[in-house]
Amino acid sequence: MSKTIITVVGKDAVGIIAKVCTYLADNQVNVEDISQTIVQGYFNMMMIVDTSGSTKPYAGMVTELDNLGDTIGVKIRCQREDIFTKMHRI
Amino acid sequence: MVTILEVNETNKMIEQEKLDVRTITLGISLLDCCDSDLDALNRNIYDKITRVAENLVSTGREIELEYGIPIVNKRISVTPIALVGGRACRSPEDFVEVAKTLDRAARDTGVNFLGGYSAIVSKGMTPADEALIRSIPAALSSTERVCSSVNIGSTKTGINMDAVKLMGEIVRETAEATKENNSLGCAKLVVLCNAPDDNPFMAGAFHGVSEADAVINVGVSGPGVIKHALEGVRGENFEVLCETVKRTAFKVTRAGQLVAQEASERLGIPFGIVDLSLAPTPSVGDSVAEILEEMGLESVGAPGTTAALALLNDQVKKGGIMASSFVGGLSGAFIPVSEDQGMIDAVNRGALTLEKLEAMTCVCSVGLDMIAIPGDTPASTISGIIADEAAIGMINNKTTAVRLIPVIGKDVGDTVEFGGLLGHAPVQQVNRFGCADFINRGGRIPAPIHSFKN
Repeated sequence: MSKTIITVVGKDAVGIIAKVCTYLADNQVNVEDISQTIVQGYFNMMMIVDTSGSTKPYAGMVTELDNLGDTIGVKIRCQREDIFTKMHRI
Repeated sequence: MVTILEVNETNKMIEQEKLDVRTITLGISLLDCCDSDLDALNRNIYDKITRVAENLVSTGREIELEYGIPIVNKRISVTPIALVGGRACRSPEDFVEVAKTLDRAARDTGVNFLGGYSAIVSKGMTPADEALIRSIPAALSSTERVCSSVNIGSTKTGINMDAVKLMGEIVRETAEATKENNSLGCAKLVVLCNAPDDNPFMAGAFHGVSEADAVINVGVSGPGVIKHALEGVRGENFEVLCETVKRTAFKVTRAGQLVAQEASERLGIPFGIVDLSLAPTPSVGDSVAEILEEMGLESVGAPGTTAALALLNDQVKKGGIMASSFVGGLSGAFIPVSEDQGMIDAVNRGALTLEKLEAMTCVCSVGLDMIAIPGDTPASTISGIIADEAAIGMINNKTTAVRLIPVIGKDVGDTVEFGGLLGHAPVQQVNRFGCADFINRGGRIPAPIHSFKN
């Protein structure tokens, strides 16, 4: 099964990573890699995660992470990795 | 492993530059629905479409959500109905009943358009072809989602001028039949030359007889992405310009290829082709005209426009071909007027005429598309415009099409609102000199010679 990319973009604040990771842990999603930058005061994080151990339907996770982003005040996207690898790798 | 920069680039394309997959179109053969009884035919058609396309819309939504890329339209194309209905339909009225069945099937499967209310009459018309064509005004005015197309010529057969004459009249009658609604019926009717069997884009989509029982075709988009990429190479030479278009087209097409393969796998229906056409929408920043202007034109329509469009179209193909395992359909830049804000602006500022649009269609697909013309334009003049476009297609071995909207009660200077993806259009001037004697000759224009090209 392909990996999933979670991106978090928004105004920097305390506890963003903690809240996202708590959600992922609660849903048995394994985080394999995290990279993070601050661009012009904006928090910008990308996580590579493995959802194969999770029982949650994929669409449900996409929606819940989107909602979690709304409560923290950031934009959280959860997308299958293929869209990026196909586009940027031959 | 993908990098954060690559991820951000893709998401920026989607969020800010309006990258999307324009359509997943499910082609369905209706040849096995034929029956001599009209009720049985209608039943067979409804059952087959709703069975094969049952999960099309939900699967499209699923893919959209999981990959985070919008899939704007989910659509269906079917076998040309003149072939399917030939045995059961004895009059144009019978064909209208089939159109209503198609409309019901489209509504119940949740697709926004269904194409294939069509006849292929490049060389001659059967009685069924003619009955279907004569039913088009009633069919399009009594349905909501059905799209109709008629292929009146090809490079191999020449141009069927009897059909060209008839289609000029049918376009006018369709305009009259839908005049309460800005003659909107004509937006769902296209006249083609060299129509492809696997086109996923409306209104010209149909499922050709060379196709399998069911097939998934995907149309990509992304004018906004190309325009943005070109903003980064302002003033650079043509080599850099072309490379930039090509690289960007590759990325855009890869997204389409991925969606096509996923849809095919999840629906258990073979993948047909990716159509590489750059398709604009009326929203700002999603315009083919803006790409041409970004290349250095003061306005689309200015001298240089045809060269710029030729370059764009060719580079999009060169980039896209490598990104997809099968390319087909129309595969070229679309230049519809009402669906592209940049084109609308160019017409309004007096930079873009019908004649310049015709010249542009020589180097791109698909033809004179979504152009509002005065409501009193004679049928023979519309036929003349169709014949001109068909000639360009026939001689140059390419698809061309005409989708004109003679808006009843409107004249040059008026603007017409079609709504949604169909946009709005200023009514454009048509050459006032007649061609009735030419159109009334009847018969066929022979197929062209394929050597001594000049």
